Amino acid sequence: MIDFLVIGGGIVGVSLAYELAKYQLAIVLLEKEAELSFGVSKSNSGIIHTGFQDDPRSLKARLAVRGNRLYRQMAKLLDFPFVPTGELVVALPGERERLELIKENGKKLGIPGLEIKDREWLKKHEPNLSREIECALLGPTGAVINPYEVIYAMAENAASNGAQIHCDSEVISIEETSDSWKIRTCESEYRSRYVINAAGLSADKISQMAGIRAPRIRPWKGEEFILDRHADRLTRRIIFPVPQSNTKGVLVIPTVDGNTMIGPTAEEIKDRGDLTTSKAGKHKVLKHIQRLVPCIREDQVIASFAGLRPTIEEDDFYIREDKDRFVNIVGIKSPGLTAAPAIAEYVVNMLTEKVKFLPKEDYVAKRRAIPRFRQLSSEERNRLIRTDPEYGEVVCRCELVTKKEIREAIRRGAHTLDGIKFRTRSQMGRCHGAFCTMKIMAIMAEELNIPYEQITKRGKGSELVKGYGS
Amino acid sequence: MAAAVGGSDGGLKKILLLERLPRLGGILNQCIHMGFGLTYFKEELTGTEYAARYKRMVYERDIEVRTSSFVHRLTPKREVIFVNSEGEYTVAGKSIMMATGCRERTREMLTVPGTRPAGIFTAGLAQEMVNIYGVMPGKEVVVIGSGDIGLIMARRMTLEGAKVHAVLEILDHPSGLIRNKVQCLDDFSIPLYLDHELLEIIGKDRVEAIRYRNNKTGWERIISCDTVLFSVGLIPEQDLLIEAGIKPGSGIYLVGNADYIHDYVDTVTKEAEELGKSLG
Repeated sequence: MIDFLVIGGGIVGVSLAYELAKYQLAIVLLEKEAELSFGVSKSNSGIIHTGFQDDPRSLKARLAVRGNRLYRQMAKLLDFPFVPTGELVVALPGERERLELIKENGKKLGIPGLEIKDREWLKKHEPNLSREIECALLGPTGAVINPYEVIYAMAENAASNGAQIHCDSEVISIEETSDSWKIRTCESEYRSRYVINAAGLSADKISQMAGIRAPRIRPWKGEEFILDRHADRLTRRIIFPVPQSNTKGVLVIPTVDGNTMIGPTAEEIKDRGDLTTSKAGKHKVLKHIQRLVPCIREDQVIASFAGLRPTIEEDDFYIREDKDRFVNIVGIKSPGLTAAPAIAEYVVNMLTEKVKFLPKEDYVAKRRAIPRFRQLSSEERNRLIRTDPEYGEVVCRCELVTKKEIREAIRRGAHTLDGIKFRTRSQMGRCHGAFCTMKIMAIMAEELNIPYEQITKRGKGSELVKGYGS
Repeated sequence: MAAAVGGSDGGLKKILLLERLPRLGGILNQCIHMGFGLTYFKEELTGTEYAARYKRMVYERDIEVRTSSFVHRLTPKREVIFVNSEGEYTVAGKSIMMATGCRERTREMLTVPGTRPAGIFTAGLAQEMVNIYGVMPGKEVVVIGSGDIGLIMARRMTLEGAKVHAVLEILDHPSGLIRNKVQCLDDFSIPLYLDHELLEIIGKDRVEAIRYRNNKTGWERIISCDTVLFSVGLIPEQDLLIEAGIKPGSGIYLVGNADYIHDYVDTVTKEAEELGKSLG
């Protein structure tokens, strides 16, 4: 019997595992995809919001403000990149009043450093912004991260503190017994005192399995477009339009990796698996974005992807113990990434009267990232090569990723090409994997001791090789 | 290799040849088809043989070769920074010849709508998979673009037992050599659809189909397939210069496909040898 079973290996589920692993509890996390973050989280924009765009009375606004603070501490402990870009909500003619309103909201939430900046300031600090923009609200606490990197960092830390994390483990049934829940996957069965449902797009289905009514999820698709690195940083801060009814609008996002990303679109869809991108989506994004940053051009787009937001009817997060020892976390869309660590804290606080949260005595607080060859000085590179010559073998030439980094990513749990991509940045450069994919597959075949036919892009069904030549 | 050979023949004494892969030859090593050497060696060779001949010429001369050594930075002072399993090194040269070849345009650069499943490869990656590693990227293939590598891979995949349904070309003429169109498509009854545009890639985890349009008639159709190979153009690999903010000239030269895209390797090596000699 375990204490907590967390369903879902996205940012919310992994935050829970990370938080719970601080205490003397037996924890299991189940993810249905081949690797963590492969559901909703991997296509998140990566923004750590200030929190001022949401209604100050809402749970999501409070948790976002708290989450923003927690990320700053976590980035140091868990060694993941956290870039404090700051964010700007820009006002076109006639929108200044809305900006004042957002600023007031932010003040109520205790968000520090909010200031309205005039045209002169914008001209100096964000020269690529449209001249039509009259003023902007600066939120200095806005930042960017890579969602998957944070997830792997938290998961590695949780695992080193005893949490068991299983991927390729889709929950197929949940049964209530007198003192616990019985959870089945295709391969195993678990008995757990508590169940935390953080299943993202499937959270309503998981709840139904346990016989509990939960809000129905209506997926909203967002398409995003990445611009060439040579296009340089077009803006230094994250640029938001004044928010419209159901989303934060189309944004300009300077990513952790030095590219600029534009998007997302927002469109309600029927199919929970619809991750297609479209010409219409691209043109819509460009049309909106060119009003804010006119110099962005269509030919600078080098990649596109789509993600789904698990939206519910109510315009807030749904976090409740809907039945004894069964916690539903449903409808975590924006600012869900920002709020995730605070959601975990919130759930723990919610249960303090029923669960003994005794801190682990031998708790490991820190986690080290895989050293990134690209980011090191020459001395550091030479030192690493002396410890392991594979640090001198460049596999991905566009992003300068070495054989040792690929091997280390596999040893830390990557077993798909996408998993390696997200952990190392290999295959993300200008050749899009044309030069390194096969070389990475050769390392995977060796390190995982599997034949080429079993290597996948992102799990079963996405095999890359169909047999051998005749 | 040709630039180094030319330099040596022109009288240069200290030549360092840096190669990122474990052996010399670059992409030629995966070109196991015929058609190389007709003008330079006056006989028909495979790409692999062509590379082997040059390798011999390199080793017969006083040229220092470092393989598995990756150049990742240049400086305006003509310094080259490279890394291998022994460490990171900086070496300065009087002249630097960039024979870094080219890379393929990809699906992402075209921003083709649809999903992003497994089974989408550039023709060159498919060539490496089949010819170097002996693995098949798929069995039901559609080739997008009629560049030479695409045409050659249409034939290669057919010879290895795959079914190549069609080659789609958005222009009204094939972009590869006519020789390759005849020998790789016509001889194997692989249809070439001109004026045809890829509209969408379909498939959740692995490619399941593509949707395309005949731009002359406006008709749309779907082909079931498990693999899409892209052969939609080549881009000279000049990023080391771009990143360092250096313009070619004043001791730094682009040569071969790194300069502009050539049709024949014979032309590439001739130009490279001449440039090498002129520096001696």
